[in-house]
This record gives sequence, C-alpha cells and structure tokens, in this order.
Amino acid sequence: MGVDEHTLLRLTDLTVDFASQEGVVHAVDRVSFELAPGELVGLVGESGCGKSVTASAVIGLTGMLPNASISGRVEFDGRDLLSLPESEIREIRGRDISMIFQDPVTSLNPVLSIERLMTEGLELHLGMSHAAAVTRSIELLGEVGIPKAAGRIKDYPHQFSGGMRQRVMIAIALSCNPKLLLADEPTTALDVTIQAQILRLMKKLSHEYAAAVIVITHDLGVVAGMCERILVMYAGRIVESGPAKPLFARPHHPYTIGLLTSVPRLNEPRRDSLETIAGLPPDLANLPPGCAFAPRCYLASDECWTAAPELETTDPGRASACFHRDRLRSGSGAGVAG
Amino acid sequence: MSAATANGADPAPASGDVLVRVEDLRVHFPITSGIVFQRKIGAVNAVDGLDFSILRGETLGLVGESGCGKSTTGRAILQLMRPTTGRVLYEGGDLAHLSGKRLRRQRKRMQMIFQDPYASLNGRMTVSDIVGEPLLVHRMGSGKERKAKVRELLQTVGINPNTLNRYPHEFSGGQRQRIGIARALAVEPNFIVCDEPISALDVSIRAQIINLLQKLQREFGLTYLFIAHDLSVVRHISDRVAVMYLGRIVELAENATLYEAPMHPYTQALLSAVPIPDPEAEERRRPVVLVGDVPSPVDPPSGCHFHTRCPAAREGLCDVDDPPLVEVRPGHYAACHLITATDFPHIRAGEDDLAVVAEGGGAT
Repeated sequence: MGVDEHTLLRLTDLTVDFASQEGVVHAVDRVSFELAPGELVGLVGESGCGKSVTASAVIGLTGMLPNASISGRVEFDGRDLLSLPESEIREIRGRDISMIFQDPVTSLNPVLSIERLMTEGLELHLGMSHAAAVTRSIELLGEVGIPKAAGRIKDYPHQFSGGMRQRVMIAIALSCNPKLLLADEPTTALDVTIQAQILRLMKKLSHEYAAAVIVITHDLGVVAGMCERILVMYAGRIVESGPAKPLFARPHHPYTIGLLTSVPRLNEPRRDSLETIAGLPPDLANLPPGCAFAPRCYLASDECWTAAPELETTDPGRASACFHRDRLRSGSGAGVAG
Repeated sequence: MSAATANGADPAPASGDVLVRVEDLRVHFPITSGIVFQRKIGAVNAVDGLDFSILRGETLGLVGESGCGKSTTGRAILQLMRPTTGRVLYEGGDLAHLSGKRLRRQRKRMQMIFQDPYASLNGRMTVSDIVGEPLLVHRMGSGKERKAKVRELLQTVGINPNTLNRYPHEFSGGQRQRIGIARALAVEPNFIVCDEPISALDVSIRAQIINLLQKLQREFGLTYLFIAHDLSVVRHISDRVAVMYLGRIVELAENATLYEAPMHPYTQALLSAVPIPDPEAEERRRPVVLVGDVPSPVDPPSGCHFHTRCPAAREGLCDVDDPPLVEVRPGHYAACHLITATDFPHIRAGEDDLAVVAEGGGAT
C-alpha cells in the first residue's frame, strides 16, 4: 500500500541508535505508525521512552543528533524525510511541519521581537512582503487570544507570561498553515488553568486549520480530552495503539494499565493506596532479551523473558505488543485495571 | 452566614490538637533600584497574611499555581526564609523569634523534602554521609550508632542498605527522592514539609513515592504540609486542603468538602481544569475556563486578588474590598464576597460545574 491521500505521515520501522560509553542506546526501536490528514494523535510515554527522538525524526532534525544511526522510513506527503537533502527538509520544516516545544521560555529567541519571530516564517516560506507579514501576524496573535495584538507586536518574549508565550509559539507554528503540528509536552511548563486554555485553543485551531497534530506527553490526562488516537511508547517501542475511548476504557497492554491506575483521579473515589508499577524504567543500553517491560510486569511469564512481542492487532484499529494481549482483550487478565 | 468569624480567626476545626499555628504570616521580598545605593522601590508580596493551623498527625494539602506563594509559605514555616511579619507557633512556641541554638533545637523536629532530587542531594557526598549528616549536626549517637541508624533508615525507605557508600549519581530520580526522605527522617521529626515531592519524577515512580510517604506517616505518626500543584495527588493524600491564590488562602476545608462542594470561584475553576485520563469523562465536563493569566504579585489587583479573572466578580464590590477568610460552614473557610452575599445564588449553585466530577464517580 503506497502513501495515498488518506495518509499524511507514515513511519516504517524507524530505528534510532546512539553510540555512548555504556554501549549502544536503542532510543527508538522499529516504530511504525500512520497519521491521516487532520488527525489528532497522542504519543504517550515516560522520559527516555523515545517519544521526543521520534518527533525529531519526523521533523527531520535527527541529522543534527550526534552519534545517531538512523534507519527506516519517514514518509511525509509521499516523500521520505530521512533521504531528503537538508535544503529540501528546510522547505518542509516550518511550513508543512511545525513544532511547539515544551518550554516557551527557552524556545523563543529572547533578543528577537515578536514581530521578527512571527514574520520570519511568513516571509521565508510564503514569500510575503514584510508589511503583509506584519498584518497577518497581528491577525494570528489575535486568533490565539493575545489581547491588543497590534500594540504588542514590537514587544520581546520576556514581556509575556508563560501562557502568553506558549500562545505566541502556537501562532508561529500555525502561521504557514502547516499540515502537521508536533507539540512536544506543550503544557507541561504551564499552570493548570492555563493548560486548560492552551489545550482548548490547540484543539480548536487544529480543526480550523485542518492540521494534523501529534501531542507528545507523559500525561494521559492531557491527551484524553484532546486526541482521537493514542500511541503508548515504552523503552523505544510502541507497546499499544488505538482509538482513545476504547484504549482508556480497556487497555490491551499491562504498561498502559499501570500508567492509568497509578495516578489518582478526581472522578473516582479516593483509595487507601495507589497501584504502582514495580521497579524502574529500563536502561536503554542494557535492555533485557525479552519484553522490555517484563521485569516490571505483573503478567510476565516464561516467554516474556526470552522473546520480545511484536505489535499485533487486537481489535479493529487497535494493537498491543504483549504476549498476553488476548487475556487483556477479553478482560480476564486486566488485574488491577478495575 | 452567622458562622462568619472576625478576620484572623483560626481556620482549624475546634477539635484536634494543633501542632503548627500560622498567624498573619507575611513574606515580602523587596525590589530595589540602584547599584551602590539600593533604594527599595516596591515589594513582591509572596505571602500576604496567612492564618491557619496544622493538626497533629494530619496531612494539610497546600495547592495553587506557580507564584502563588505556596513554597514560600513552607519555607517560612520552617524559618528557612524569615517571615516579614507574623508568627509561626510550633507546639505553642513562636519560631519566628528564635535564633541560633534554640532554633536549631526546634529544627530537629521539623524537616523538609524537596522537589528536585537531583539538586537537593550533594553529588560529592556518599549516601551514608547524606543521610547521616543531620545526625552529625544534631550530635545524635556515636559513629557506630549513626552508621546503624543510616542502614535502618535506608531499609525503611526501600533502598538497599549495602549501597550506602555510593554517590547520588548512581541512583535514579525515584531512588534519590527516597534518599532525600531518609535524610528528612533521620532526626525523627514530627513535622515534614513536602514541597512538590513527586513533580520531578516519572509517572510510574510517583505512585511508589506517594505510597511510601503515606506508609511513613502511619508508622511514625508524622504530620505533613504537602505542597503541590497537582490537585488529584493532593486529594489522594490530604486530610484538609488549603487553596492559595496570589499570596493568600482563598479556601480551606476538609478534603471531601473542598473537592465535592468547593465554594470559591477560583477553586471551582481550578478543579474543572484538571485533566482526567478518561475521554468519556472529559466529554461530559463543562469546564470553567478562566480568562487571562495570574497577575503579578508585585502589583496585585485591588480588592479581591482574583476579581480580574473571576467569572462572577461584581464591580464596586470585588474590585474594592478585600474579602476576609471566613468560616462559611463549620470547618469550611472561604474568602469571597459572593459567598457571604445572600442575594447572589449563582456561586452557591456553582456545584453545577462540579457535577461532572461527582457524576463520573462510577465511570471506568
């Protein structure tokens, strides 16, 4: 099946290894997924699971990662980003694919005015005149909810609060009408009331601009209200994928179950103690021979220690990389899922 | 509103034994201008008049957004930061006026667990030195006894005691936090300020640390001031909860009361903004989305600090008068004009917005 109009992005066996003193670190291990135009997907996992490295590959930044060896394919709009020359990637990056970073304090250049930051992309990618770019920038700032935008365009990033800076980031990211928006922990640095504002804004604008969004986060709560489909990563691999509602209602992977049950929720009665995922996240340079989650898994059996399970379909649109996926699917192995 | 008490009333249930009592606590940081001759040109009112009590054996949750003064409050209670005015009574004795030896003697009974387990452990000290240092400072036991005590403490927090000669970098974030907890426990304190103890940790590790803190509380009869911005975690761990906004407590109540029937519009908005990891529950919610950002504590709004973002603020009242924290129902304190104004039913009916929270109870 080739890339057709229903697929905007297709990753096939993306693998990223880093050479380090401790040995080869398998940051991303044969990651494959597809994204339809306008689709909202959540990529969830803990620090070191490979979610940000995956995002770097999608935006063509792996060339800048030292000691990295990359294989696989990242097809965007029919072109493999991994084999394109830097000059062509530059045309795509910022125009067709844009990115929102976690920390709005460090990701906006402090010596450039909002005007410079905003108009750069418009002039470079869309060939607008400076005057037209300024007008469009003011419009965009208004759309993301910056009050009196015309009066603030000459300001510098430090004159804005964290939430306002993240709005500026979103305005910049959307300025060239991207087909794909990567948001790497877009609300982690923000307060909860501001987080709610930003998530609503991103969801609304992605519909208006018909942009597909990949939200990368460690917080399942952030993607629950926003994304249609969820990808869960652990130790460099996608361990579960599927539409949000059924996935949250009955996860097919013990790691997803652990993530969901180890956080207290406001909509559930209080419990005496929290369920925990035993042990520690794995060392990516010294992964166990079998399933990387086996040492922490309550379902682990003999086969889990010898071979790594592949990501296989469980229900339509859903997949799990677990030997016990059938038990979880039928509900008999749900254990702590409650 | 007959229960309304005068300003400066004691927001603690009549029953219960008060361990820490905070009276009119203020911490102001001066803003200066000039290089050689520094003139004071203003002040950041980080903590602006707090009155509350912490009961023996309870966990008091202190929540609020960044910059609301919750960490400064924790530090001012322990006298790590000297209050500008006000009193901090520990078992009835005022800490704010103690210094030197007498303060150090009191400090033995109060400890702190810090947010960042990477920054709060000295990288050049071994685990044994880190956990044993408080014992050394307070001259507790001989060298041999201290060593034995360190092993016992490590065992208690779930660290293999045979690793005591290792350095912090050899441990993961969660293990480091356990070491920080062992250090806090070393001098056998009664009271521990936990300042965002889990926010720097991985999701799968957070539950382990929360469970450990609860286990230690049961075992040693500890009293916690649990400072956090995560309302779900605070609900899980706290007996009572205080909500701060711009240096002030806006609401304080028993856990169940605060989460199920919050009165202050800020608490209601805060609760409705917490993401729930359940798409079905998220769909049913009608969140109160606040407009704008938290104003700067350098120049807080007049009257009620929250009036600039409050969906129910009334002109001529909320922007003029500063509402005191009053006892609206027994044990339930709030600082809002609209709650005390009988002609304003809107806020009382505000439970509407929270209905989703209660209603989702049986989900999953």
